[in-house]
Amino acid sequence: MTERRFTQDHEWVELSGDVATVGISNFAQDQLGDIVSIEFPEINSKFKQKDAMAIVDSVKASSDIYCPMDGTVIEVNEKLEEHPELINKSPYDEGWILKLNVSNIAQFDNLMTQEQYEKFVGENKG
Amino acid sequence: MRTPFFENHVKLGAKIVDFHGWGMPLQYSGILDEQKAVRDNAGLFDISHMGRFRITGNTSEDCIQSLITNDVSKITENQAIYSPMCNEEGGIIDDVIVSKISQDEFLIVVNSSNIKKDFDWIQKHLDGNKIEDKTQNIALLALQGPKAQAIIEKHASEITKLKPFHFMKAKLHGQDCMISRTGYTGEDGFEIFFDSSNSILWENLLSDGQPFGIKPAGLGARDILRLEAGFMLYGNDIDETTTPLEAPLKWTVKFEKKFIGKEALEKNKPQKKLAGFEIVGSKRVARQGDQIIHEGKNVGRVTSGTFSPTLVKSIGFGYVPPDMQLGQAIQILIGGKNYDAKLTSTRFYKK
Repeated sequence: MTERRFTQDHEWVELSGDVATVGISNFAQDQLGDIVSIEFPEINSKFKQKDAMAIVDSVKASSDIYCPMDGTVIEVNEKLEEHPELINKSPYDEGWILKLNVSNIAQFDNLMTQEQYEKFVGENKG
Repeated sequence: MRTPFFENHVKLGAKIVDFHGWGMPLQYSGILDEQKAVRDNAGLFDISHMGRFRITGNTSEDCIQSLITNDVSKITENQAIYSPMCNEEGGIIDDVIVSKISQDEFLIVVNSSNIKKDFDWIQKHLDGNKIEDKTQNIALLALQGPKAQAIIEKHASEITKLKPFHFMKAKLHGQDCMISRTGYTGEDGFEIFFDSSNSILWENLLSDGQPFGIKPAGLGARDILRLEAGFMLYGNDIDETTTPLEAPLKWTVKFEKKFIGKEALEKNKPQKKLAGFEIVGSKRVARQGDQIIHEGKNVGRVTSGTFSPTLVKSIGFGYVPPDMQLGQAIQILIGGKNYDAKLTSTRFYKK
């Protein structure tokens, strides 16, 4: 099973070789509420860790999606254009957002593990 | 503050938010799910946070006539009327619904954000009549949607004859209610007034509505529904810096009668106008305060914006210069980026 890591901004990352699949956590989708649109970056655009790279609009608010690891966008989940609700329904599977070709694999190790993230979210719910 | 139904909302798993000092349900099953239930079947809203004033006295009608821009003398007993209430400068203090109980008794429903301000304002202009704040004594639920009538009908068959903006007395589950055919969703539906101690009616109405697909609906769904239907939200779309002639409320201003603010409204030309807009080629959602751009210049601001599930478009209201026309191409500046849009009517959804 591929290990999933998390950022403090509630993105998740799964790494396969140097390709990172990115989405938002179940906690994030629940906080945002029904997601109604997503704006993707262009394919081949480059981002540094923590750069804003995509935007989701929910019925409640607009929210930036931040780049979890330095890299180049190689694919976006086009299904979300018509069905943004997949992010709510299936945040870790069908609701993935984009794939990055990452340039610094070591950054993965500095992201939170599932356990650390759950603790982080628990502390920030307060 | 809490309405009589607060515990019901918590039990249903609602997300509770602070709304002008009231703990109110933002959503239960989900905003889009609830919005769809109201358009397709029925939704039940707790709107007991709205203010309710009883005005009594021999000249209460004259008093109300001077307070509101619409003509209260045109309604008969058991009828209601929507109207702005203006200050001397023509700015909108609030938009209200006045129900005529009898020649010397009226009920005014006001926005929750304005309860104290309105009470003080009305009190200053009572002219010997009496005002009582009944917000805590009277509970208020809205049952809205194409199935709303069928849900009430088995208790009160006369409901089928009730015309829009009329109300009647009826018993629901043994409780005395006043039911008016009014709402804030663009669907057929009712607003139901009853004694706050009978809060069991919330559960009763939900079980009556179950075979019809009723869902409890919160403030999130209510905001989308009212925007689609073209209804103003006080504090967003209208306030004391806007007049009814700038908002699309000219139809409620009756210059043939006297009212507070009349002279100012006759004299001063509208400085801006509220228009609808839809975003073209993107589903980004415009939010309150976003700039409206025309030919590279900032010409106005968004007052309300949402994604309309009914139209599958991003829509909103905003103030623009009064000479701008429907269909005009504009842009909305959202998060530092311009999005193409066009001006539209404020009535996005018509039954």
